[in-house]
Amino acid sequence: MTDRSVSAAVDVAPHHASALSRLMRRMQSGWRSIVVFIPYVWLLLFFLLPFFIVAKISVAQLVIASPPFTDMIKWTDDGVMSIRLAFDNFAYIFEDDLYVKTYINSLKISSISTILCLLIGYPIAYGIIRSGPVTRKLLLFAIILPFWTSFLLRVYAWMGLLADQGNINNLLIWLGLIDEPIRLMYSEFAVYVGIVYTYLPFMILPLYANMEKLDATLNEAAADLGSRPTNTFLKITLPLTMPGIIAGSLLVFIPATGEYVIPDLLGGGNVLMIGRLLFNEFHQNVDWPTASAVAIVLLFLLVLPMIIYQYYQAKATEEP
Amino acid sequence: MYGRRSRFLTFMLGAGLAFLYVPMIMLVIYSFNYSKIVPVWGGWSLRWYESLFKSEDVWNAVVLSLKIAVVNATFATLLGTLAGLAMVRFGKFRGRTLFGGMLVAPLVMPEVITGLSLLVLFITLKKLIGWPEDRGFTTITIAHITFSLAYVAVIIQSRLTGMGETLEEAALDLGAKPFRVLTDITLPRLAPGMVAGWLLAFTLSLDDLVIASFVTGPGANTLPILIFSRIRLGLRPDINALATIIILVVATGVAIAAFIMYRQQKQFQRDMQIAFQEEK
Amino acid sequence: MTGDPASSDTPWLDQGAEPLIKIRGVTKKFGDFTAVNNVDLDIFQGELFCLLGGSGCGKSTLLRMLSGFETTSTGTISIDGIDMSNVPPYERPTNMMFQSYALFPHMTVEKNVAFGLKQDKIPAAQVAERVDDILKLVELQDYHKRKPHQLSGGQKQRVALARALVKQPKVLLLDEPLAALDKKLREQTQFELMNIQEKVGITFIVVTHDQEEAMTLSSRIAVMDEGEFVQIGTPTEIYEFPETRFVAGFIGSANMFEGRVVEDGPDHVRVMTDLGEIYIDHGQSVREGNRVWVAIRPEKIHLSKEPPTEPGPNQAIGMVDDIGYLGNTSIYKIKLENDRIIDVTAPNQIRPKTRTHRITWEEKVYLHWDASSAVLLNK
Repeated sequence: MTDRSVSAAVDVAPHHASALSRLMRRMQSGWRSIVVFIPYVWLLLFFLLPFFIVAKISVAQLVIASPPFTDMIKWTDDGVMSIRLAFDNFAYIFEDDLYVKTYINSLKISSISTILCLLIGYPIAYGIIRSGPVTRKLLLFAIILPFWTSFLLRVYAWMGLLADQGNINNLLIWLGLIDEPIRLMYSEFAVYVGIVYTYLPFMILPLYANMEKLDATLNEAAADLGSRPTNTFLKITLPLTMPGIIAGSLLVFIPATGEYVIPDLLGGGNVLMIGRLLFNEFHQNVDWPTASAVAIVLLFLLVLPMIIYQYYQAKATEEP
Repeated sequence: MYGRRSRFLTFMLGAGLAFLYVPMIMLVIYSFNYSKIVPVWGGWSLRWYESLFKSEDVWNAVVLSLKIAVVNATFATLLGTLAGLAMVRFGKFRGRTLFGGMLVAPLVMPEVITGLSLLVLFITLKKLIGWPEDRGFTTITIAHITFSLAYVAVIIQSRLTGMGETLEEAALDLGAKPFRVLTDITLPRLAPGMVAGWLLAFTLSLDDLVIASFVTGPGANTLPILIFSRIRLGLRPDINALATIIILVVATGVAIAAFIMYRQQKQFQRDMQIAFQEEK
Repeated sequence: MTGDPASSDTPWLDQGAEPLIKIRGVTKKFGDFTAVNNVDLDIFQGELFCLLGGSGCGKSTLLRMLSGFETTSTGTISIDGIDMSNVPPYERPTNMMFQSYALFPHMTVEKNVAFGLKQDKIPAAQVAERVDDILKLVELQDYHKRKPHQLSGGQKQRVALARALVKQPKVLLLDEPLAALDKKLREQTQFELMNIQEKVGITFIVVTHDQEEAMTLSSRIAVMDEGEFVQIGTPTEIYEFPETRFVAGFIGSANMFEGRVVEDGPDHVRVMTDLGEIYIDHGQSVREGNRVWVAIRPEKIHLSKEPPTEPGPNQAIGMVDDIGYLGNTSIYKIKLENDRIIDVTAPNQIRPKTRTHRITWEEKVYLHWDASSAVLLNK
C-alpha cells in the first residue's frame, strides 16, 4: 500500500460522509431525529443533570452552613456573593488537613501505580507484538480474560495472598526468608499491588493497539543505518509509542485516582484515598454537601488529564 | 526476521501472565479447602459450595444482578447503537459536541462521582414528582444503562467507521430509501458489534459495586454488594467458592463468545475482501 | 556491450578483477520452503546490479541477507573481502532503501537523513554539511524541516534515497525503489537514479519485478526464479540471447516454437518447427535430431502483403486474426496455416488514414525474419 493511496483514502472519507449524510438529511429527517433524540435525552437527564444538582447542593448548603471565612472578604452584590460562597467552600476543603492530605495521597498512589503499570505493561505489550500471529492472539486473549471476571473478586484474591496468614507470608516463612509474618495487608503496598493487578490490562491494551500500527521496517531501517537495538528502541520505538503510553496511562490514572474498592479492602483505614473518603462521607457520615464538594473538586482534578488526553487523541488522528 | 522476541520480553510475558493468573488459581484452590480460615489448608472439601447453594441471600442477589444485567444490556445496546449511528452517520447536527462529550465522559468518570450524582438526582426527582418511589432494581438499572450505553456507543462507532459507507451508497444508488438502507444494510452489518456491546454491558453491570451501592435502597442487594459486605470483614471460604463458580461461568462464556466473534470476524473480513475486490 | 574485456565498464569480463560482493553457495530456508537455493554471484564495484523476478522468487530474501536482516542457512556472503556471516545489520557497510521507504514519521527530513551519521558519532557540523550536500543532490534542499507526511510520494522516495546514500555505504541496496511511484514519475526517476549512481560511484543492488525498470537501470541483471538464478547478463544479453524459455517469456514477449535440429553447422543451426524451417546464424552445441526450443521476438518478424521473391527458410504464411493498436506500435495476431497464432509487432510510422498499404483483418500476409533473429533455448 502506498502512502499516496492512504492519503487519498483519508481525503475521500470525510467528503463521502458529508455527501451521504446530506442526502440522508434531505430525504428523511423524521426518524433521524428520533435516533438522536432518545439517547440524547437519556444522557441529559441521567448524566448531565445530576452534575448540576451536585454542584447546586454543594454551594447552597454551604450558604446555610456559613463557613468561618465570610468576614475575610466583603462583597455588596448578591450575585457575586454566591460565587464568594462557592469559593469559600473550596477554600474550606483545601484548608482541612484531612482533605488535602487525602487528595495528595490519591494523586501520589495513582501516579506511582500508573508508572508501575507502564513499566510492567510496556514490555508485555511489546512481547505480544513480537510474537507470531497465533501466539499474539492467544496472549492478547489471556490479557483480556481477567478483565471479564469480577473486579471485586480479583481484589479479594489478593486478600488471601497478602493476609498475615496468607500465601505469600507462608511461602516466605517456608523458604526461610522470614521468621514471622510481615504486614502486607492494610498498607499502601497492598493498594499498589491491587491497582496494578486490576488496571494492568488497561495499560497493555492501548499500548498494544498503538504498537500494532508500528511499521516493523522502521526498526530495520534504523538498524540498517547503524543503530544498535537499545538506541533504536529509545529513538524510534519509544517516541512512536508515546500516544499509546499516554492513552494507557490516563486509562489507569483517572479511575485509580477515584478508586474506592481497592483502598477499602486492601488499604483499610491506613491508606487515605479520595474515593474512599467520599464514599464514607456519604454513607457513614451522611454529609452530602461535603461529599458533593469533594466530588466537584475531584471532577476538576480529573478534567485536566482528560483535556491532555483529548489533545493527544486529536494530535494522533491528525498525524498518520 | 530481525529483532525477534528477546529473552527479557519472554520473561516479562511469562511473569506478567503469572501475575495475572496465580492469584485467581489460588482463589479457586482455596475454595475446596475444608478449613474455615481461608489461608490454612485443612484438606479437600466441597462444604463451602454446599453452604453457598443453601444461602437464600446469595440466590436473591444472583437473581437481582442477572435481571439488572439483562435489562441494562438490552437497553444500553439499543441506546448505544442509536448514539453511535448519530455520531458517525449523521454528519453535523445541533448539539453534536455536547452529545459526543456526554458519550465519552462516563468512560473516564470516577465511579464514586457517577454514583453520587445519580443518587442525588433520584432523591431530587422523588421530592419533585414522587418517582422513583423505592430505590433498587429500577434505579440501579437506570444508572447502569447510563454508563453502559457509552461503552456500547464506542464499539458501534468504531465498527461503523471501520465498515465505511460503500455498501450504503450502493444501496442508495440502487434506489433504497435511507430508512431501508439502515434496516437492511447498516444494522445487519452492525449485528456483531451490537452483540459485543451487549456482552460488555452485561459484564459491566454484573461487575459494578460502587454505583450500585450509591443508588440502591434497603433490601436490594446485588451480588457485588453482597460479596463486598461479606469480604469487608475478612476472608470467607464461601466467597472463594462463589468466585470459583463466577470464574468458571465467565471463562466458559467468554470462550464461547470469543469463538463466535472470531468466526464472525473472519466472515466479516471475507465479506470486506469480496466487497473491495468488486470495487476494483 | 561486450567490448574490451579489461574495460572498467564491464569488470565482470575481467578475469583478474576482484568482486566487491561474493555470494557463495547461499541457501535460505524458511521451514520446508527454500526461498534461495544455493546461489553464487559476484558483483563488482560501481555496478548497478538488478535482481529481477516475480514475487516469491527469492530476490527480496537475497537482498535481506545482504543487508543482514536474514541470516543465510548455508553459504557465505562477503563484502569487500570480509565475511558478513556474523556481522549484524548495524555494522554492515551496506545501506538499504526500503520499498515502503521506512521514513521515521516523527522526525523531519533533516533528522531522518542525519540519523545514520549520528550513529557513527560524526561531529554535528560535519553531519549538517553532509545532510545539506545529499539533500541538494536529490533536489530537496528546501525541505529540511518537513515531516514525512508532508511530502509527496516522489519526495519521500528521494528522502529515503538520501538517507541511505549519506552514509556512503560500500553497497546501496534498493528494494523495489520505484514501485510506489506512478508510471510517468517512475520513468523519470529511473534516469535520475542512474545519474545519482554515476555521481556517487556507489555499487547499487536493485530488486525489482519490473523488467522495463531492470532493462533501463542495470549494468547487469540476474533473473531469478524459484530461488535460483536463471540467467545473469547485461540487459542486451538477456533480451537478445535469452537462454531459457522462462527468461524469453519473462523479459519482453517472445514467440516460442518446439522443433527438431536438422543441421548443426559450425556457424549455424537449422531447426524444423511448426513455423517452418528456422535458420539461425549463430552456432550452438546441439546435436542433429535433438528436440529444441526456438524463440523469436515479435518485433523481429517482418510482415508483408507481397510474397517473397524466392522460397527458403525463415519464411511463413499466415492470416491476420486480430490487430491491437498501441499508438507507437501495433501488435498483429497472425494465424498460421496450422492454426497456431503468433505475435508480430510493427511500428506505426505512417498515420493510419494516409496509409495505403496497411495490413488489415482477415488478410493473407507473408512473414520473414533474419538469420540472426531467432534464438535457441536450452530448456
